Amino acid sequence: MMFDDEPIAGENLPILPGHVSPGRFERVLRAGQFAVTAEIAPPDSADPVEVYERAQMFDGYVDAINATDGSGANCHMSSVGMCALLTRRGYSMIMQISCRDKNRIAIQGDVLGASAMGVSNILCLTGDGVQSGDHPEAKPVFDMDCMTSLSMLRGMRDEGKFLSGRKISSPPQVFLGAAANPFAPPFDYRPMRLAKKVAAGAQFVQTQYCFDIERLENYMAQVRDMGLHQKVFILPGVGPLASAKSAEWIRNNVAGVHIPDAVIKRLAGAEDQKQEGVNICIEMVEQIREMAGVSGVHLMAYKQEHRIAEIVEKTRVLGDRIPWHPNR
Amino acid sequence: MKTVRYWSVRNARWLHWFYEALEKLLVLLHPVLVKIGYRRLDRPFAAVEKVVKGFLFDSKSCGQCTLGSTGLACPMNCPKTLRNGPCGGVRGDGGCEVKPDMTCVWVTAWEGSQRIGQPESTIQVIQPPLDSRLNGTSAWLREVRKKLGIAEP
Repeated sequence: MMFDDEPIAGENLPILPGHVSPGRFERVLRAGQFAVTAEIAPPDSADPVEVYERAQMFDGYVDAINATDGSGANCHMSSVGMCALLTRRGYSMIMQISCRDKNRIAIQGDVLGASAMGVSNILCLTGDGVQSGDHPEAKPVFDMDCMTSLSMLRGMRDEGKFLSGRKISSPPQVFLGAAANPFAPPFDYRPMRLAKKVAAGAQFVQTQYCFDIERLENYMAQVRDMGLHQKVFILPGVGPLASAKSAEWIRNNVAGVHIPDAVIKRLAGAEDQKQEGVNICIEMVEQIREMAGVSGVHLMAYKQEHRIAEIVEKTRVLGDRIPWHPNR
Repeated sequence: MKTVRYWSVRNARWLHWFYEALEKLLVLLHPVLVKIGYRRLDRPFAAVEKVVKGFLFDSKSCGQCTLGSTGLACPMNCPKTLRNGPCGGVRGDGGCEVKPDMTCVWVTAWEGSQRIGQPESTIQVIQPPLDSRLNGTSAWLREVRKKLGIAEP
């Protein structure tokens, strides 16, 4: 898919009226198309080829790629680095910023740098605690949180000012995102938390892995009652589980991921557990697509990135649309 | 002192009332406070607050108290010092992501604020990022000046 006003394939687009960014991700969402985003795993390497190869797996299947920022508090190539490499090839990137490792000075600097490199989407996260990663002895920063960094970035963009009030001569034109977890307590507060993020500046949200469609339905019902789906694009997160054993491990060790017993039982009973994991994911995507107020899906297929093509093709969520990619 | 902290949240209703009465009293005392000098009073006040709030709420003396909007659960006890609500890592049983044995500060805060019948708008106020220079200073005196619209020197 290409836009008529695309000057050079992959370069940033003119900003349309009512849009805040020159990116194609915002355009897809605002045009009312069902969007697909995917998370790319940053390598433990300084080799750019590894980054390109990983991105290539998504070619033609996703509208934007999330570059994670030390997810799980593990050390990998930085999200700024990933975005620098991939925006050069024309990819539509969502740069994640975690508040765990950077204070307000570092975050604002990264935002200017990212925007200058062509990053049009930024996702603000609180970040996992350092205890969950490979450097549990590190000093956690948490100078900001997802809420304050959202409003700080909005101020940089809309008022052209740093948090300090100092002027920015050319403000970053970025579409702002946040994460949401409908699957963690306190459940009745979660829709309100989304409202708070929208008030702070979130324009799109991607959720934690959904393996419990009922809980997502409940959440979305509350979200629709509050009218939030008209103020923010919501992309529930989904992904394939590799096996019953790995599902069990994730449930016990990855904070914030809720996997019902029924899902684990189904995986355990399957002949080909890996395929069953993909099947479950496909069913989730199909059910989410039918849900009112949802604008797309966010695919997280850690170590199973090659499966994303299959999930998108089988569910036909993109219809006839083929998102832009450098090799078409 | 988790026990006292949880007790305080359970008793949030009258403690909150007491807290507000104290604030009103301090606002009334403003002329006296001015005479003595806010700057001179800051250290003794901060010392008292450290003991009182430390005992009741496990306060971390950040100097920018938000207890009033969190059902009297001090958000600085969150290992990520989150002042704007719970992160996505809260465990299924309401446990903290970082310290599983501790109930998430925001699960407690949400329950506490429901208990005092606080309007939901209070917890929805976006708290600005902390000013780390104010760590260890008196939050009560700051609140009084804020109420009266007096700028800090």
